[in-house]
Amino acid sequence: MWSRIYALLIKEFLNLLKDKKSRFVLIGPPIFQLFVFGYAATYDLNQVPIAIYNEDTSIASRDLIAKFNGTPTFKEVLRISHHEQIAPALDNKDVLMVVHIGQHFSRDLLLAQHPAKVQILLDGRNSNTAQIALGYAQTVLSDFNIQWAKQHKLSLPPAKLEVRAWFNPNLESRWFIVPGIVGLLTLVVTVIVTALSVAREREQGTFDQLLVTPLSPLEILIGKAIPGLVIGVIESSFIILMAVLWFKVPLVGSLVPLYIGIILFVFAVIGIGLMISSLAVTQQQGLLGAFLFIVPAVILSGYATPIANMPPLVQDLTLINPLRYFLIILRGVFLEGLSVSQLLDQYWPMLLIGILNLGMAGWLFRRRMY
Amino acid sequence: MNHPNKEKYMRLQGLIIKEFLQIRRDPSSLGIAFAMPVFLLLLFGYGVSLDAKHVPVGIVLEKISPEARSFSAAFEHSEYFVSIHFANMKLAQQALEARKISAIIRLRSNFNRQLYSHESAPIQVIVDGVDANTARLISGYIQGTWNQWLTQFAAQRGISLAQPIMLEQRIWYNSAVRSRNFLVPGLIAVIMTLIGALLTALVMAREWERGTLEALIATPVSVTEILLGKLIPYYLLGMGGMLLSIAMAVFLFQVPLLGLLWVLLLTGTLFMLVALGMGLVISIAAKNQFVAGQIAIIITFLPAFIMSGFIFDIDSMPPAIQSITYLIAARYFVAILQTVFLAGNVWGIIIPNALALLFMALFFFALALRRMPRRLE
Repeated sequence: MWSRIYALLIKEFLNLLKDKKSRFVLIGPPIFQLFVFGYAATYDLNQVPIAIYNEDTSIASRDLIAKFNGTPTFKEVLRISHHEQIAPALDNKDVLMVVHIGQHFSRDLLLAQHPAKVQILLDGRNSNTAQIALGYAQTVLSDFNIQWAKQHKLSLPPAKLEVRAWFNPNLESRWFIVPGIVGLLTLVVTVIVTALSVAREREQGTFDQLLVTPLSPLEILIGKAIPGLVIGVIESSFIILMAVLWFKVPLVGSLVPLYIGIILFVFAVIGIGLMISSLAVTQQQGLLGAFLFIVPAVILSGYATPIANMPPLVQDLTLINPLRYFLIILRGVFLEGLSVSQLLDQYWPMLLIGILNLGMAGWLFRRRMY
Repeated sequence: MNHPNKEKYMRLQGLIIKEFLQIRRDPSSLGIAFAMPVFLLLLFGYGVSLDAKHVPVGIVLEKISPEARSFSAAFEHSEYFVSIHFANMKLAQQALEARKISAIIRLRSNFNRQLYSHESAPIQVIVDGVDANTARLISGYIQGTWNQWLTQFAAQRGISLAQPIMLEQRIWYNSAVRSRNFLVPGLIAVIMTLIGALLTALVMAREWERGTLEALIATPVSVTEILLGKLIPYYLLGMGGMLLSIAMAVFLFQVPLLGLLWVLLLTGTLFMLVALGMGLVISIAAKNQFVAGQIAIIITFLPAFIMSGFIFDIDSMPPAIQSITYLIAARYFVAILQTVFLAGNVWGIIIPNALALLFMALFFFALALRRMPRRLE
């Protein structure tokens, strides 16, 4: 049995690797995506263009402006002198935010009867970016407040917040996104390799030839699954290496819980890929099926937006998504240093998903055969 | 009557009919054009939200006093939080590690004493920083709740709050800060990329793979006619998908459409042409469905998703990546979509971005025409 599977394996690998273009597809794009997305996919704001509209010419207002310019978050690109200039600057996306200091600013500040107002106008077309920028602006203002209160011997507020973030003290979103890319790319490559493997043979008519060989359906299944497993594990190992060495994401935990996760995840994904493949008659259908699985799997995984924000019904739906569990494992091992026993709840659903889908794929093979 | 022109027209008509027959025979093309937009919009509209609500927070009051009670009540009444009380810090930390709660707010036993002293009483806040973006939003919400409580506390006791300056915020174009309002319009660009590039790349590559394109080349039809015969049906499918998406955005997801519909349709046509052109170039280069499909997903769909400003802010990317985004057609169309939907007809955004799309469309068609083989090898 094993010698037959071995022969099939050689054929499968030759199929995947002999053509220069399909070899490139397995190696080139993942590297390209890792670098581009590793840098592009960030929620952190950096050098965001802002405009300043200062109607007050005191030292205090200049001090405040200096504080805005002193953060790496904002970059003043425009100085506004008339009220009419605000709307075009925001409309045309020249700036994300306008800081408006009114003409009574320093008077109110020195009188200290009521707080001096600083108006912040934001482009809310991307409401997430707007909210983050607002948060940064708030920090700039409260720093100014504390400094001013100290300088002018004002009484401090009765209570203050001391906020600390665990696992990612500087809240760098790259630490969150890059481990996620490991899951994303492993998913894409493994699904495409397996989903098209049977569909291609069927379209070219070689699947019939495979059926008349002494290979049993189980052997065909194993022969089709192993290339996906090998490629998936190599691919994710490479990306993990780059995450640590190039992107400097701390790997707090050990490799054992991580690799148990990788193998179970790739196993589950192969099951789904072969299921899609055994249902498809043409490669276009196989690719469409792969796509119909990959897109929701990525969106409903917590990769870019948290599962907790989804409506309850959709949250329940994420329970059948292997990527959901794999992302928790990746981030848990990378940032929190979770151990095997803490991750058991993530392991078994992936195993179950894999067994169910492989069983179904095997059954479909047999049904389509006879 | 102009005879050659009529002949040309008939040949083109024949090709288009053939293409529609092929679409009907393999319904997965219709699936990409119509079922996919509905499916993706439903998925995104309901599944994707960056607005955290009902965040579970752990509250640890080490000594219960009226002041501590009023502080925790501020969190209990906020729609942003679901507060869970813990008897001590250790239990709360365990819950945080088990991802049961996203933040811990702790009032130490000397909170009351410090509250009435000269120093500010420290309130310890720990947020789970694994998801940095959510962590930042949550700490913003906590700050807001704390601020409200502080104002209320000071007012009740007649204390003047030392707050030299106060922030007054106005969020334009999306004052309700609903993330759906910018995700759904942006998604239209992602969907159209998919229909245009993926579908065209696949159908052309299929003709190569099966050798039917060689048969076409051998007939009297010209290369331009072959290309037009491919493009017109898929252009129609793509625009149909776009209209469907706009209707769903407006009627189902209640995204306001402030600008004019014809501006969307005109710029949508330009974008569709770019996507079709890219699909053609990919298929001519790949000549194989497996490779063409992979390349189409990787160089068109994923960048449209991540590097177009659809979710992630382009201005915050490193300069080298920012310059790559200029090569991505979706970048221009996402800017137009978000503006026309949420801000109205801002010509300063629409015209330059539409020109960029026009230029890209011309470039890809010129490339496709040049690269398309005119004779058999």
